[in-house]
Amino acid sequence: MERREHYLNVNYGIRSWLFTTDHKRIAWLYLLSVTFFFFIGGFFATLIRLELLTPQGDLVQAETYNKLFTMHGVTMVFFFLIPSIPAVLGNFLVPMMIGARDLAFPRLNLASWYIFILGGLFTVAAAAAGGVDTGWTFYTPYSSIYSNTHVALTVVGIFITGFSSILTGLNFIVTIHTMRAPGMTWFRLPLFIWAHYATSIIFILGTPVIAIALTLVGLERIFHLGIFDPALGGDPLLFQHLFWFYSHPAVYIMILPAMGVVSELIACFSRKRVFGYGFVAFSSLAIAVLGFLVWGHHMFVAGQSVHAGMVFSLLSFLVAIPSAIKVFNWTATLHKGSVSYNAPMLYALGFIGLFTIGGLTGLFLATLGIDIHVHDTYFVIAHFHYIMVGGAVMGYLGGIHFWWPKMTGRTYPEVWARIAALVIFIGFNLTFFPQFILGYLGMPRRYHVYPPEFQVLNVMSTAGASILAVGYVLPLLYLMWSLRYGAVAGANPWRARGLEWQTASPPPTDNFDRTPIVTEGAYAYEKEPEEIYTFGKPAHV
Amino acid sequence: MSDLSIVQAHQFDDIEQQHDASWIGMWVFLGTEVMFFGGMFTGYTLYRNAYPQAFASASNHLDIWLGTINTAVLICSSFTMALAVRSAQLGERKPIINFLLLTILLGAVFLGIKFTEYYFKFEEHLVPGAAFNYEASLARPAEIFFSFYFAMTGMHALHMIIGIGLLTVLIIKARRGRFSAVYHTPVELVGLYWHFVDIVWIFLFPLLYLVGRHL
Amino acid sequence: MSSGHVLSVKLYAVIFGSLIALTLTTTGVAFMDLGGDLNAVIALAIAVLKALLVILYFMHARYSSRLTWVFAGAGFFWLMILIGGTMDDFLTRNWFGTIG
Repeated sequence: MERREHYLNVNYGIRSWLFTTDHKRIAWLYLLSVTFFFFIGGFFATLIRLELLTPQGDLVQAETYNKLFTMHGVTMVFFFLIPSIPAVLGNFLVPMMIGARDLAFPRLNLASWYIFILGGLFTVAAAAAGGVDTGWTFYTPYSSIYSNTHVALTVVGIFITGFSSILTGLNFIVTIHTMRAPGMTWFRLPLFIWAHYATSIIFILGTPVIAIALTLVGLERIFHLGIFDPALGGDPLLFQHLFWFYSHPAVYIMILPAMGVVSELIACFSRKRVFGYGFVAFSSLAIAVLGFLVWGHHMFVAGQSVHAGMVFSLLSFLVAIPSAIKVFNWTATLHKGSVSYNAPMLYALGFIGLFTIGGLTGLFLATLGIDIHVHDTYFVIAHFHYIMVGGAVMGYLGGIHFWWPKMTGRTYPEVWARIAALVIFIGFNLTFFPQFILGYLGMPRRYHVYPPEFQVLNVMSTAGASILAVGYVLPLLYLMWSLRYGAVAGANPWRARGLEWQTASPPPTDNFDRTPIVTEGAYAYEKEPEEIYTFGKPAHV
Repeated sequence: MSDLSIVQAHQFDDIEQQHDASWIGMWVFLGTEVMFFGGMFTGYTLYRNAYPQAFASASNHLDIWLGTINTAVLICSSFTMALAVRSAQLGERKPIINFLLLTILLGAVFLGIKFTEYYFKFEEHLVPGAAFNYEASLARPAEIFFSFYFAMTGMHALHMIIGIGLLTVLIIKARRGRFSAVYHTPVELVGLYWHFVDIVWIFLFPLLYLVGRHL
Repeated sequence: MSSGHVLSVKLYAVIFGSLIALTLTTTGVAFMDLGGDLNAVIALAIAVLKALLVILYFMHARYSSRLTWVFAGAGFFWLMILIGGTMDDFLTRNWFGTIG
């Protein structure tokens, strides 16, 4: 049988991968990299949860524990969560979903991966040299003056990686503006694209601010500049304003792409158009914009003025609204849909429930009076893990499973995938729900010791974490297995409607043999694909 | 007439789409630069508000005439850069190279003056750190002023050095006849970058050099 | 997006001349006591005017698409958010105090 040529077999060898400009291959480079960092971050989490099995600090010393939660945060935030969906699924799918041959700047795309790796190397080097103990938030003056750990090396790594994000965002924005196929108007775009466009706005406008914030910390450490040093008349809160101006929108970088994935999954596995498409599209933009107006809610008790606190509190309530609109619209999409419970759908449904819990607890934190009591407790930790792990990571896994046949030409074993999704869901809730209670009862974060009355809940949390770990290892195993032994997938195993499904699995290097022409909006599940798309002249120039 | 297939990348449908994408791409990148410098402008605003007296005092230690001359030099370089882009649009070759060379020259003059100023500040013990020496009652906030002075003008100078590097690459390409009236996108993009660096200085000059000069 | 408009040397020269004139003005005005914060306001206003001339004419924004204007404006607008939020905190520290 003749071997069809596609992007994976068009050429072989390590050089064809390391010098590729094909967005699909670059997506794989990122996939391998972020998976590596995910397990590194998970390793740090394992040590944290093991230490917290007992009230005493008996596994590691306090200083070591400080390094563990710092490295866990730095690795997971900057080297897994932020790149994950955009750099893997976004890179693979954005050109395909809009009917383009590649992103606008393919070489810049490859450069962004190398920059990501370079930043990662600096951070791994810092970890190997003894790590950092400032927390991933690098608050001054501890980070700029008093810490004796490898702050400069780590901030250089994060600074470099920031460029990777900026270039990805730049590429997406330009591509979506200028390279849509004929007939692909803005309001026919899949919601995944809207989500990535909104995310790219945040990449562009937010990342440079943390870059300068960390640069100033580095300059202060090396040249003793004294910008954040209270002893010299500096204000530590200036650092926090600059840091959180990026880092709050950063959490929307982490969740918006996952929301984009969920829109695709809910539509496909309900066989229905997404209810209120326009609202969902605009809510992505609203989240991106409003997300830039709330950063002070991280600083309510840090010495920020009450006036600013009130302003940021009110705006934080507002930013919940577009997220809620998405949840309502996804739910309405399910109503009277023809729902099937494949693994990707399990992840999507899990996302909706867990994100809702995480998001609602954000409102408690946004309330000044409550925040005074739960700030810097496990309540905060539970809140953001519900969103980042229960939300973003599940969205990521759902997307990986959904588009796996497209990316590899193979199907994964559905039974194992459903089992893994369930194990993850159970393990996740057992890990993090007790932490809401712990935080409410007063257990502070970033402490390796705690009062004995908190032990039961901590043990539950650690038990949950071990189940969660099993859940994460399972996909690693069966997805790798499927590369060799999985059933061969056709072009559209899910009978979905997106443009990416109207070409072979795996796709040819230029994505489409002939330029698609779009005549209908996304998610036209009441029609057949042939009624929605036609194909024009040969795509290859 | 150059064969456009040499310069049109395969992911684009036509040369116009490629040009539009590149143009928008550079503006987006400049947006990131605004936010990058913006973080320092934010810190500056904060401290000037907190220590108006010290900032005025410290600002008076900067050489207003060197600063004014440098501002004029940079504006000249923006003028020559704009003329270089214009020559590229007209498909000329020698004038592009000449205007680019002038731009580099003016940029180098700017940097020369800047680093001379830095040297003077070093001699006057106004570089933040162990050797910093200032009138006792204003010393700490004055040191903050000079921290921002060196950080902001230093970052600006770094961007200028990168700009000069880019201009050099452009000259090399121009000499090889790579640009025409139909394709000269790199010249336009470097022009945008150079003008942006000029704009940063347009704001740095009054904020650093012109505080409390009337006092 | 950039219209390909070729501007005349004369126009560029006029802009250049204006920029130099504004520079000399801002330096000169700096020595005059305009009262209160007016010195700073005038200096910044002149800087904004100079920046606008560079953006509109040297960077061809005046002859470019609306999308260019949006991107050109977005950065400055977002910077205002950053400065505004930070200064709101600092300028109101004594209104109702702080928590913690």
